[in-house]
Amino acid sequence: MSTQHTTDVSPSGDASVRDVANAHTPFRYDRLILWLAVGAVVANFAWIVANNENFGWPVVRQYFFDPTVMQGLYVSLGLTVVAMVLGIALGLVLAVARMSTDRLASTLSAWFVWFFRGTPLLVQLIFWYNMSTLFPVLSISIPFGPTLASWETNSVITPMTAAIAGLALNEAAYMAEIIRGGLLSVDRGQGETAEAFGMTRARSLWRVIIPQAMRSIVPPTGNQLISMIKATSLVSVIAMADLLYSVQSIYNRTFEIIPMLMVAVIWYLLITSILNVGQGYIERYYSRGDRRTGNDGPAEKPAATALAEEASH
Amino acid sequence: MTAMNATTEPLVKARNVHKAYESLEVLKGIDLDVMPGEVVVILGPSGSGKSTFLRCINHLEAIGRGSIMVGGEQIGYRLKGDRLVKLSANAIARQRSRIGMVFQQFNLYPHMTVLQNIIEAPVGVHGENRAAAIENAERLLARVGLSDKVHSYPRQLSGGQQQRVAIARALAIRPQLMLFDEPTSALDPELVGEVLNTMRDLAEQGLTMIVVTHEISFAREAADRVVFMDDGHIVEQGKPDDVLGNPQHPRTKAFLARFL
Ligand SMILES: Nc1ncnc2c1ncn2[C@@H]1O[C@H](COP(=O)(O)OP(=O)(O)OP(=O)(O)O)[C@@H](O)[C@H]1O
Ligand SMILES: [Mg+2]
Repeated sequence: MSTQHTTDVSPSGDASVRDVANAHTPFRYDRLILWLAVGAVVANFAWIVANNENFGWPVVRQYFFDPTVMQGLYVSLGLTVVAMVLGIALGLVLAVARMSTDRLASTLSAWFVWFFRGTPLLVQLIFWYNMSTLFPVLSISIPFGPTLASWETNSVITPMTAAIAGLALNEAAYMAEIIRGGLLSVDRGQGETAEAFGMTRARSLWRVIIPQAMRSIVPPTGNQLISMIKATSLVSVIAMADLLYSVQSIYNRTFEIIPMLMVAVIWYLLITSILNVGQGYIERYYSRGDRRTGNDGPAEKPAATALAEEASH
Repeated sequence: MTAMNATTEPLVKARNVHKAYESLEVLKGIDLDVMPGEVVVILGPSGSGKSTFLRCINHLEAIGRGSIMVGGEQIGYRLKGDRLVKLSANAIARQRSRIGMVFQQFNLYPHMTVLQNIIEAPVGVHGENRAAAIENAERLLARVGLSDKVHSYPRQLSGGQQQRVAIARALAIRPQLMLFDEPTSALDPELVGEVLNTMRDLAEQGLTMIVVTHEISFAREAADRVVFMDDGHIVEQGKPDDVLGNPQHPRTKAFLARFL
């Protein structure tokens, strides 16, 4: 039916000549020259850096897998994972509390976010680390009433717990806002439908709203994760032996400052690159059922979905 | 049908229902009884409060005055001695769980396949056995003529097909009452018929239905009773032939004149 139309309509030229499937793309010499020029600059810069003795590449190679560096790398990764998991879990609770109709819950959540987003992470870490000077004893008690249990602050707050508490609580404040944004992005009719079918609020969140919110939660969370890996370097100020702290401990001895920093920089870049790839996979998973991605149904019924795809165009 | 039988209790009993959004009064005293097995079609101009009334029946909106009973239970409240107390959110969820609802915008869950959409409430809310729920879902899909779409996602279906899935989903909870809010208003004209046919079948099988629609022909053929709403009041109701063929109230006359 399309051939019929084209022969009728085309004012000049044969239908097959007019067919865009046979179109040529003109060669762009200006683009080629630009590519070559930029390539030359980048290659030249790489050459200069690689041959600059001040970077101390042999030292970088020598220390890249050094046990101290590896230990620091594990600490950084471990801190990132723990702080991120705690941050996301607490962030979810805060986001749901903030959106609930319960005034007490939403007010408390708003204050939490206000405080932890409003103060520098570095300062929060130092406060956690120096908790014992503010509160020498931590105790659980009834407000203005008897004490039920108590601990020496110094025995509870180690560099490790201070680092986890500082990073996780700060992260929770940011994740709360990211998750809240995601939940708000889901059509109101979805939650209403779940409710109309007798689902409890918790179930409707878990089964209907959160899975749809994930599409807008995942990309900024990937951002947060990458920020977190780098933010763990702040814990070096409270004597936590992370990646940055361990390269510092080496260059304090050997005075090879730049080469040792290069070791840390390359490790940070490697990890974030791996995370970028992982994020891509997660995003694809949560966009299933979205026609724009051309994502088909489960493999067991290819014929039915192919038919449905056709019918819908 | 059973509407004149004095021994049966109404399934839905709405008394003096008032509803206001801030200062805007939307429902101004609605009284309506719906008998088991009865099909009631609500007509009325835009903004007269039809959707709002429907949403009050399953407590998606709380009412300001009056009372609504469904199946002998007061929706949203409970008598404790002679004091009326609000129910908890979970108790209200339980009351809703046998009221099916079909929305103008379908509101299927886009991240679930057709089958998952249908079995979500039976399995998750009513604790039905998964295999039995799937079997029932397949039976319902056959009934609405969509057996080949079991594993499709909603976005891969046409509007009419989506709405029929939404009807199957509402039937899957074995509802004692079905609420339809303009189920065909978002559909292209050539797709309206397939949805109305499905609804006509349900009406013939004795399901209790309250249908808000602008499809006069559906009201004439399938309704046991037509209710005409205007400005938050029920101004006229009766048999379809009487209300549609010989309207008494001037507002009903004016409204129906547009469909002639
Ligand atoms: N959530 C709300 N907040 C404030 N006003 C509302 C809200 N929902 C509905 N209204 C108002 O209540 C009135 C009745 O609305 P309703 O949706 O019940 O009308 P309707 O009879 O269903 O109309 P239509 O045929 O256009 O669907 C309208 O004036 C509307 O603007
Ligand atoms: Mg409406």
